[in-house]
Amino acid sequence: MSTITWITARGLFGRRRFLLLLPLPLVLLGLAVLCRSLGVDPGQWGPPVLVGLGLAVVLPVVALIVGTGVLGAEIDDGTVVHILTKPLPRWQIVLPKLGVAAGVAAATVAVPLYVAGVLADSVRLGLALAGAAALGALAYSALFLALSLVTRRPVLLGLVYVLIWEGLLGNFVSGTKVLSIQQYVIALADRIAPTGLLETSVSVPVASVMTALVSVGFTVLAIDRLRSFSVAGETS
Amino acid sequence: MSTLSLTGVSRWYGNVVAVNDISMALGPGVTGLLGPNGAGKTTLLHMMAGFLSPSRGTVTLDDEPTWRNPDVYRRLGLVSEREAVQGFLTAYEFVLASAKLHRLADPAAAARRAIDLVELESAQDRRIGTYSKGMRQRARVAAALVHDPQVLLLDEPFNGMDPRQRLHMMQLLHTLGDAGRTILFSSHILEEVEQVSGTVQVMVAGRLAASGDFRTIRRLMTNRPHVFAVRSTDDRALAVALIAEPSVSGVELDRTGLTVRAGDYGAFTRALPRIALDRGIRVRQLVPSDESLESVFSYLVEA
Repeated sequence: MSTITWITARGLFGRRRFLLLLPLPLVLLGLAVLCRSLGVDPGQWGPPVLVGLGLAVVLPVVALIVGTGVLGAEIDDGTVVHILTKPLPRWQIVLPKLGVAAGVAAATVAVPLYVAGVLADSVRLGLALAGAAALGALAYSALFLALSLVTRRPVLLGLVYVLIWEGLLGNFVSGTKVLSIQQYVIALADRIAPTGLLETSVSVPVASVMTALVSVGFTVLAIDRLRSFSVAGETS
Repeated sequence: MSTLSLTGVSRWYGNVVAVNDISMALGPGVTGLLGPNGAGKTTLLHMMAGFLSPSRGTVTLDDEPTWRNPDVYRRLGLVSEREAVQGFLTAYEFVLASAKLHRLADPAAAARRAIDLVELESAQDRRIGTYSKGMRQRARVAAALVHDPQVLLLDEPFNGMDPRQRLHMMQLLHTLGDAGRTILFSSHILEEVEQVSGTVQVMVAGRLAASGDFRTIRRLMTNRPHVFAVRSTDDRALAVALIAEPSVSGVELDRTGLTVRAGDYGAFTRALPRIALDRGIRVRQLVPSDESLESVFSYLVEA
């Protein structure tokens, strides 16, 4: 394990905000188990729980907490200087941090989504949801990691993207779905396990290409921004 | 041996000029960067360390720019003013992580050597979060020294240290400077700079106000006219006697008392009690009214 990965993971798990990750997946899991045990028709509870809660809320919010935490928290408290005063090409800092963020977000979200998918339909749907969510976790993490280098308020901006752009505008202005990671995840999951539970207007090729573009594009942006990272003077 | 060169360096934020056209070359030895708070010392240090791009001018370490060039950190160490450290790590883990990130051949030995250098062995296995301010500072210095850099920049390194730690840090800087390292530390306290370095760069309001041997600059500072507020039982009689003193260059009398301008600090403070005693005047108050560092600095700028 690289030193950056190790410090990032220790920093992430060592902070109290890590505990924020736990409630949402538990709610998802609890609701799925409850619906299944009460014998509710999966056609009724599947879309709101799997998509409405799982893919539209749990995945992006967990990725937001982790994605802005791996570098943004270090920028906030100034400890990032210790890593930056090393003769490392900046991609060697960004990639391990992205790896930790995407890995932690994927693991936190994929497990409850897998269980919920199995309960709603089949093991295949569970795997599809888990796999697509892992890809989504990578794209979201890249976006939020880059945000923490572009703006001083990455969490706020990230929330605006998730809640306003994906959540609100996605319902009314269908064109915005082309720029919505959530829709890519739905399209990819639906492609792997076609059921009546997941619906989106975004095509699979668009979703695949855009997921890759978002992941790579924002990673490159993050590396470039870290290269020109400025520390504001105390007196300025 | 490394040389850090600044050529016509300026940095502004919008309309505010933080650093104004500074040129200097720093070679081996200890140099103090002296100036009042807000003079632009931190901004200058950040530009030297590659954490800020100059708005104009160039900052180079051995002819390589420091901005957008992580390779300079092989030869450069920085101890910033913000005392942020990963509090969840022990000092040993923290310094070891630094050594590993520098890709040193034997990181464990380098970490132990750096911790020895700052005398932190006894606490090295405790979490940094439990440290005092001075200990945290030493842990950061150890991390900055772990790769034995040619150039070490320290922003207000003595802040928060007790006198013993301060003395130890001063000795450490001396040792490093004598060994041919280029050391630059900033401070707003005259005495700190006096004890550590022979060469100083004085910054005031973003400009380089003075540069060179400390003793020469100190003499410039002490030879300036000093202003005292004096109150006594008979201000008028005291004023008459004082104006006859060669060390006094001017006296003003008003309702609150006397304002005395003295050209020679030592001669005036020795003369006043003698004059008062001879005339049977009791001095109730003697306050130097321009002793703040800022006034010393602004005098330097005017000189």
